[in-house]
Amino acid sequence: MKYRALILLLMMAGPARADSDLPPARYANEQLADPRQEKAAKALMEELRCLVCQGQSIADSDAEMAGDMRALVRQRIAAGERPDEVRDWLVQRYGDWVSYRPPVEPMTWPLWAAPILLIAAGAYLLRHRFRRRD
Amino acid sequence: MKSASRFIPLLVLLLFVGAVSWRLAVPNDEKIPSRLTGQPLPPFELQSAVEGVKGLSSRDFASGKPRLVNVFASWCVPCIAEAPLLLELQRQGVPIDAIAVRDKPVDVANFLKRHGNPFERIGSDPESQVQLALGSSGVPETFIVDGRGIIRYQHMGPIEASDLAELRQRWEQAR
Repeated sequence: MKYRALILLLMMAGPARADSDLPPARYANEQLADPRQEKAAKALMEELRCLVCQGQSIADSDAEMAGDMRALVRQRIAAGERPDEVRDWLVQRYGDWVSYRPPVEPMTWPLWAAPILLIAAGAYLLRHRFRRRD
Repeated sequence: MKSASRFIPLLVLLLFVGAVSWRLAVPNDEKIPSRLTGQPLPPFELQSAVEGVKGLSSRDFASGKPRLVNVFASWCVPCIAEAPLLLELQRQGVPIDAIAVRDKPVDVANFLKRHGNPFERIGSDPESQVQLALGSSGVPETFIVDGRGIIRYQHMGPIEASDLAELRQRWEQAR
């Protein structure tokens, strides 16, 4: 009971919103009329990283900036750009960081090699298991 | 199984737990700098964000003199904190323009009335499209653009008193 005031106070303290009063951009949440373009745009959105909510794709994020990035993607796809061109445009500005599809280059070879190495290591361990059972 | 290799799974587990607890204790909050520093300003044309102050176009930067561009918003709390420092830079003779992100004229007007107006021009960017074109990943951010329209420096986050000297120096260098 004596914590009731404190609990009420905590409930009142809303998260600090850093959002504008403007509604989302038109194409933040509205699909493109052409289903083929929408499909391409959606696929790209899932591979682009939200800038303000690091760790989410812009397709998943509710952040305003993610909405504006979705609008940018849809508008550029609707204007006839290929998804790779839109991705490159963003990578030019934010670096590979913005894309969830890392390029294959010496820097990222360990990244691409890791799954193969892990499978090889797993196979190696299993081989020992099977051998013991013989 | 050999006695030493018995502990490998435990070692792997400990490494994993260590990595996770380290990242929980020191959250990864990287700043993503714009790759456009050193490159020309992308072309843009923004309407005025508030009555009585002109809008902002990329052509305004071909004036031969370096200028600051502050990316801000009336709804952005750190922008309030840096407002007096922008006024100080303006007082020192540094020309400053602004891009108001996702803002309404009435809110921008109130913000300027309350916190002062160091800006010569303010362009309105209602869908963050110019902000994205600049490679800016939040508000506030401040760019220094030289007299040929080349982006020379990007300051991310609010300007603090300790940043004034560096901004001033970068601006001088951009001449």
